[in-house]
Parts: sequence; structure tokens; C-alpha cells
Amino acid sequence: MNSSLLNPSILTIVTFLPLVGALLLLFFPRRDRDIRIFALIVTLAEFIISLHLAAHFHPAISTFQFETNRAWIATPAIFYHLGIDGISLWLVLLTTFLTPLCVLISWKSIQDRTKEFFIILLILETALIGVFVALDLFLFYFFWEATLIPMALLIGMYGHGRRVYAAVKFFLYTMVASVFMLAAIIWLYARTGTFDFVTLQSLIRAGHVPGFASASLLLFLGFFVAFAVKVPLFPLHTWLPDAHVEAPTAGSVLLAGVLLKMGTYGMLRFNLGLFPEQAHRNAPWIIALAIIGIIYGALVAMVQTSLKKLVAYSSVSHLGFVVLGIFSFTQLGLVGAVFVMLAHGVSTGALFILCGIIFDRKHTYELKEMGGLATPMPVYATFFLFIMLASVGLPLLNGFIGEFLVLTGAFQARALYGVLAATGVIWSACYLLWMYQRVFYGKVGNPANASLPDLVLQERAALWPLAVMALVMGVAPLIWIHSIDPAVRLALMPLLQYTSQVIGH
Amino acid sequence: MIPAASDYLRILPELVLSIFGMLVMLIEPLLPEHNNRKALGALAFVGALTAVASCFCMAAHSGTAFGGMVRVDQFSVFFHVVITLITAVVILGSFEYLNVQRIRLGEYYALILFGAVGMTLMSSAVELVLVFVALEISSISTYILAGFRRNVATSIEASLKYFLLGSFATAFFLYGVALMFGATGSTKVYEIAATLRSEHAPMLAFVAVALMIVGLGFKVAAAPFHVWTPDVYEGAPSPVVGLMSTAPKAASFAVLLRILFAAAGNIPVWFWLIWVLAALSMTLGNLGALVQTNVKRMLAYSSIAHAGYLLVAFTAAPVMGISAAMFYTASYAAMNVGAFLVISHFGNQDERYVTLDDYTGLSRRAPALAAILTIFLLSLIGIPMTGGFFAKFYVFRAALGSNLIWLTIIGVVNSAIAAYYYLRIIVVMYMRETTEEVPTMKIPFGLGLALSASLIATLYLGLLPGKVLGYAIASAQGLLK
Repeated sequence: MNSSLLNPSILTIVTFLPLVGALLLLFFPRRDRDIRIFALIVTLAEFIISLHLAAHFHPAISTFQFETNRAWIATPAIFYHLGIDGISLWLVLLTTFLTPLCVLISWKSIQDRTKEFFIILLILETALIGVFVALDLFLFYFFWEATLIPMALLIGMYGHGRRVYAAVKFFLYTMVASVFMLAAIIWLYARTGTFDFVTLQSLIRAGHVPGFASASLLLFLGFFVAFAVKVPLFPLHTWLPDAHVEAPTAGSVLLAGVLLKMGTYGMLRFNLGLFPEQAHRNAPWIIALAIIGIIYGALVAMVQTSLKKLVAYSSVSHLGFVVLGIFSFTQLGLVGAVFVMLAHGVSTGALFILCGIIFDRKHTYELKEMGGLATPMPVYATFFLFIMLASVGLPLLNGFIGEFLVLTGAFQARALYGVLAATGVIWSACYLLWMYQRVFYGKVGNPANASLPDLVLQERAALWPLAVMALVMGVAPLIWIHSIDPAVRLALMPLLQYTSQVIGH
Repeated sequence: MIPAASDYLRILPELVLSIFGMLVMLIEPLLPEHNNRKALGALAFVGALTAVASCFCMAAHSGTAFGGMVRVDQFSVFFHVVITLITAVVILGSFEYLNVQRIRLGEYYALILFGAVGMTLMSSAVELVLVFVALEISSISTYILAGFRRNVATSIEASLKYFLLGSFATAFFLYGVALMFGATGSTKVYEIAATLRSEHAPMLAFVAVALMIVGLGFKVAAAPFHVWTPDVYEGAPSPVVGLMSTAPKAASFAVLLRILFAAAGNIPVWFWLIWVLAALSMTLGNLGALVQTNVKRMLAYSSIAHAGYLLVAFTAAPVMGISAAMFYTASYAAMNVGAFLVISHFGNQDERYVTLDDYTGLSRRAPALAAILTIFLLSLIGIPMTGGFFAKFYVFRAALGSNLIWLTIIGVVNSAIAAYYYLRIIVVMYMRETTEEVPTMKIPFGLGLALSASLIATLYLGLLPGKVLGYAIASAQGLLK
């Protein structure tokens, strides 16, 4: 392969390029326009470089690829171990894909402390990518915690009315939860002397960890709580509506698009990968919570009076599908879960951008202030319709594929799961279509709405890629599933081994 | 007996610091009245740097000196370096502060240097009477420094309170030394160790150890001996608080480590004493800090809590525990000195602006200062990538490794509580808008340098802690020999 020279360091470059950009921005004079352009260039370059990963990824190879493994700290033995498989590859690309769009959408709406904004955004990008590529548990925790502060700052500095409350709530919720994960990580290290995910996995599988049997439930829960708060799984979701509603658009996009996936990614990678037995035992109640989340999120979304809160609750519902898919332990369910993660990132990211566009014009998200917007803003209405249909799960658009796969997997696992979860699809059609009707159709009730300007260049530039992506993912899902499938097969392996053992006895 | 020449090399940093301190005192009267004493500060700074350099010379001559009163090992070198570095950074950060507060007394710098002599000597003294003398040198200097804003009532109060309670505490320590002599017939740490190992330890030795813990517990502001801390830290000049919340504490912890692990290693009675002290300090410190609106007081309570975290390490298995404690002193020094330097700069004349309200919107008025303070605060919370994270990590790992589940749980819960009040400062700086006009000054060169040094140290310990921890582990092993 001609690019083999680049392979060992390409992940490092992808991870830290935004951080380097942020450091350079520190020394920029406060000329907002230059800063925006620079941030756009950095994030676009980052996206292009990250495409290299997709281009040279071998779906056939079942181990981690683009691996780097170097000693970082001697005591405790922490390694700088990066690598991606078919799951994390796409999550990295999702991040690098969404960030330039976040820059575009913040072009006009962020006028105050612009420099800080873009520095924080770039640092956040590095941390998010780091979470997906880290294969050393300690390194993973590092990046995991590193996402916290930039996100809290984005909400708290650039958000709306109750931003401080939302930021502090977000910070405390996630920090307290991740302490449990740290405790579990340290326990594992104390017994095995390694933080390395791959090594730990094989040690656990071979039964070489003393005291593992008695502690595994607590360890499983330690990881699970941290991830469940991030997802967020019902009933730990209460920080999410606040954070979303108060966050600036770019914050919401990354929060919904990528940050929530850190939780589901963690469940898939660590809860399934390290504790297959406990995952199997605890699956029933986790699935119950996931299904409650699907239905509850949808019902609550239906009665929202604020556009953005509605989208936020729809995330709770959609992420329920992901958790359901993961804990269905079927090949289809897991592939579907990963696909929903990506599809949700694209379409909910786009929905938040659309919310932000209307907020920039009207400075409110209240549904009753809207109505008949299709007349003054036809292009906006069209984009909105398209993305909304993608989110509802219209066939040929991205939402359909993932949900269909998850539901098939759920049916395979147990018909009841499938039946209950399938109602979620109906609910989502209800609340989204009803919302669309209230916002865009009918007469222009509020005279101020009659003269709203339609989309400007940056807004179109941010929406086009998302709309195209929603379509491509719906029409040609195999591009993604091709590499997701083997990775999921590998992720399921420890679990299948365990279940076959149980049946064998 | 005339001491050998190499004996002097073994106390070279102390000698250097004393000589420069005396030079400052000698030159001070020659300067005209209105002079701002920056030259003296520069001289003191050079002195502190020379002392840092001389630590390496001292490190090359390990062994005992002056008839076994001083012992140079990796352990004492570690604390010498930490303390002299703190001294250098604090002196550097004080130039502008003294100007703004209109303090024109060169003795300030001399006292810092003399204080450092005591503190460094504490870490290498292995004879308890010498430890006491060093403790007094360090204490008396800091008593005076605490009252250096002599036109401000709170500063005088701070000095007096610190002095009265401090002398009381040192008396406890001395009483402990006397009883230890009675119990073992020696005041030398390693002779005491030998006596206590060879025969059944007398009751008197228990009491002696307990009394010494009380005396040193006061110096490190561990609960329940902490009541002086908020008032003293609030009144004393901010750079001095930066100094006295780190350097004398590091020295006292060094003495405590030596006495408990090297001398009284097999008297288990102190284990529960320290356990209670640690749990109380963490809890009372953090709960106290939650309700503060004065940033200096808040950090005073936080320093009590941090003393608690540090004491957790004492209850763990020796090598892990000692090295964790050493690492903690170093990273706590880096972040806390930095935080207090920011506060000292932002406090402006008479340290007027020290409440949370004054910090609102600081990120807008002084973005760089706010960002730097944020990093120090994140480090104090224990967020990864900062020294504070690994400090806590090593301490709790050591505790878990010794199966101290409950103490670890108390510690972790406390860290979560603590996050709240540190975050409050960050929240008001970044997320609230200014309501009143609070002036901010440009960051002067000296302070900028001092802040960069603290910042680099904090991040270095957070990203590449391996070297320092490795050294700490090696010195812990050396200490126990």
C-alpha cells in the first residue's frame, strides 16, 4: 500500500490537528473574520485528512487498524494506544464531518468572544475524536473527561437564558457518573497491571483476572452508569433537555451528533467487550429502560411547546433505539445500532442547525410564535421537510435503515421488544409531522414572520452536505455497513462465546 | 570535632539561601526611601535560583552530615527542589504585588529566604531538636510575613492568630520530641527507629508520636487543627499565602513522613489517628469551602481539604503511600501557588477584589488571566491533563492498593463535592456578565514568568508525571532503608 508510511501516525494527526489549530488561534489577533476563516480551514482540512482513514480502511481485517502503541507514562503503565475498527472509524468521520458545519452555522450567530468560541470548539473536536480512537482505558478516560469542560463552556458562555444552570448540571451529572468508571478502570488495573483494552479483553476471556467473578457486576455497572448518563438512558436523561435548549447551535449539534454517541459507543466497546457475561445478565432491564426511553422520549416530545426541546426529547427516543439494538445481542441489531448512531448524528445535527437558523431570526424556539413559515422561507421549509422525513424514518433516507435493522434485531431477540419499540417509530412520525404542520403550514399568524429572510450562504453551505448525506446513507447504506458488519461480528464474539458456554453446560 | 568540608555541601541550599537573605538585609538600608525595592527582589530571586541549582550539588553528596543530624538522600533532595522552586516563583510573583500594595520593605524578600532555609532544613534534618529549630525558623518568618500588609487590620489579625496558635502547636511538637527522648533515649530519627524495632515500644512512644502529629497537623492545616487557616489566609498577603499554603506544608509533610514511616513505622497506633485526620480534613475543608464567597477563604478551606487527601496517602502501604504523598505536595504546590498569584494580581490595591462577585465576567476583562486561573482550578478539582489529577489518582490508587476502601470512598465523594465550589469560580468568570466596574491591570513581566512556570509545572505533572513519580518512588525506598 503506497500510503503505508502514513499509517502509524495518521490517527495521531487526525486526533490532534484541531488542538494544534486551537493553539495557533490563541495567538491570533481578535479579528473575528480571520478567526472564523481559519477555524473553517482547520476543520475542513481535518475532514479531508480523516477521509484517508475511510479510504485505506480494510473491512476484511478484523483487528484494530492504524494502530499506534507507545509507552506514555511508566507508573501506572499507561500507553498511548490508538486504533480504530469499523465502528469507531465512522464515528470519527461523523465528528470531522459535523465540525466544519458547526463552524459555518456559528459564522453569524457568534459575535461575542469569537476567538474563545472557536478555540473551545476545536479543543472539543480533538477530545471527541480521542474518545473514539483510544484503546487504552486510561487514555479513553482522559479524552472522555476532556470533552466535558469545552462542552460545559460552550453551553455556559454562549447559551441562552438559563445557560449557567444547564452548564453546571451537565458538568456535575457527567463528572459524577464518570468517577464510577474511573473506579472500575483502576480496579481492573490493580488486578491486571494493564489499561490496554485488547490485553484486558483477552485476560478476562482467559479468566486470568483474580476476583473478577465477584466484582464483575460492580465493574459492569461502573462503566454502564457513566455511559448511561451520556446516552442518556431513561431515567438519567434530565440534564439533556436543559443542556440542549440552552446550548448554542454548534454546541447542540456536537452534543446530539457526537457526544451522546460516546455513551453508546462505550457500551458497545467496553460493556459488551469486557463484561459479556454481565451484559447478558443485565440485558433485560437495560432493554426495558431503553424501550421506556423510546416511548417516553417520544411522548414528551409530542407535548413540547419549544421546537428545540422537542428535538432534544426526540434524541432520547432515538438513542433508546441504539441501546436496544446493542443489548439485543443480534448481528442485525448491533449493525442497526451503529447505523442509527450515524444517521441520528446527521439528521439530528441538521435539525438542530435548522432550529438555530430560526432562533437567529426570531430569538425564540416557541412553537406558538411560528406558523406559516413556508411562505416567507420556502427553501428553509424544504430543507426542514427533507431532514424531518429522514428523522422520521422514511425509506430511502438514513433514519429508516438503522431503525429497521434495530427492530429486526429486537424481534429476533424477543418479539415483545420489537413490538414495543416499533411503536416508537409511529410516535416519532406523530410528533415530527405535527410539529412541521404547526411551524410551516397554515396562515402566517404573526405579522413579524411574514418578512423573515430565507437562508443565507453559510446556512445553505451547512445544510446541503447534511441533506446529501441523509440521502446517500439511505440509498447506499452498504458503504457503511460493509465495514461496520465485521467489526460488530467481532464485538459480539465474546458474548456469543459466553452464551454458547451457558447452553453447553 | 570539626565538620568535614563535604558536610557544608550537604546543606549548601540552606547556606545559599541564608547568604542571600543576609545580603538583602544588608543592602536594604542603603537604598533610598522611595525606591521600590525591585532590585532586592531580583537579588532574592537570584538567590532562590542559586539555591535550586545548589540542590543538584547537594544531591551529588548524599549521606549524613554534622554527626548524623542532617541526612541527604533523594527524599530530602526532592523537597529541597520543591521548596526552593516555590520560593523562586513566589518571589518573582511578588515584585509587582509589593508595588501595588505600596509595601516598601526589603525585609519581605529576606524573610521569604529565611523561611525557605527553615523549610528546606526540615526536610533533611533527621535529629528531632534540629527539626524543631528548623520548624521555628520557618514559622517565625511566616508569622511576620502574614502581617506584612500592616495597614490592614485583617493582616495583623492573621499574623497574631497564626503566631499564637502556631507557637502553641510547636510546643506540642517539642513536647512530643521530649517524650520520644524519654521513651527511646535518642532524638535521632534512625536511632529511634532502631530502638523501637528492637524492643517492645513503650507507651510513652505512642504519646510522643501522637503529640508530634498534633504539632505538625497544625502546620499542615489538617482538621481538627485547621481553625486558624481561613482567617490567616484571608488576611495575609496573597503571594505569601501562596507560599505558606505550599512550602511549609511540604516541609511539615516531609517531617511527618520521616517520623511516621522511618522512625515509628511499627507503631500502628498512628494509623487510625491519621485516618481520622484525613477523613475530617477532607470533609470539613470541602464543606467549609462550599459556603464561601471570598475566594481567598474558599481556597483556604480547599487547602485544608487537600491536606486531607494528602494524609490519605499516609495510611497506605509505605512505598506507594510516601511516593503518592510526595507527588501530591509537588503538584499541589504548582497549582496552588499559581492560583494565589492570579488572586494577588487581580486583588489590586489593598486586595480589594477578592470576592466571587468581583470575579464575574473576568474572562472578558482579562481573558488570559481567567484562562490560566481556570487551568489551576481544574487541576485543583483533579481533571485529567493537570497535575492535580495524577496527584489524586496516585493517592487513591495507593489507598485502594492497601484496601482502604472507606477512606477512598470518602475521598472520592469529597472530590465530587469540591468540584462544585471550584466550578463556581469558573462559572462566574466565564458565564456571568459583569455588573460593576472592576479594574484589571496588565500582567507584568515578572508575574507572567511566575505564572508560566506554575502553569508549565501543572501541565507537565499532568501529562508526563512519570519522571517525578519515579523519583518519588526511589526516594521512598531510600527513606525506609
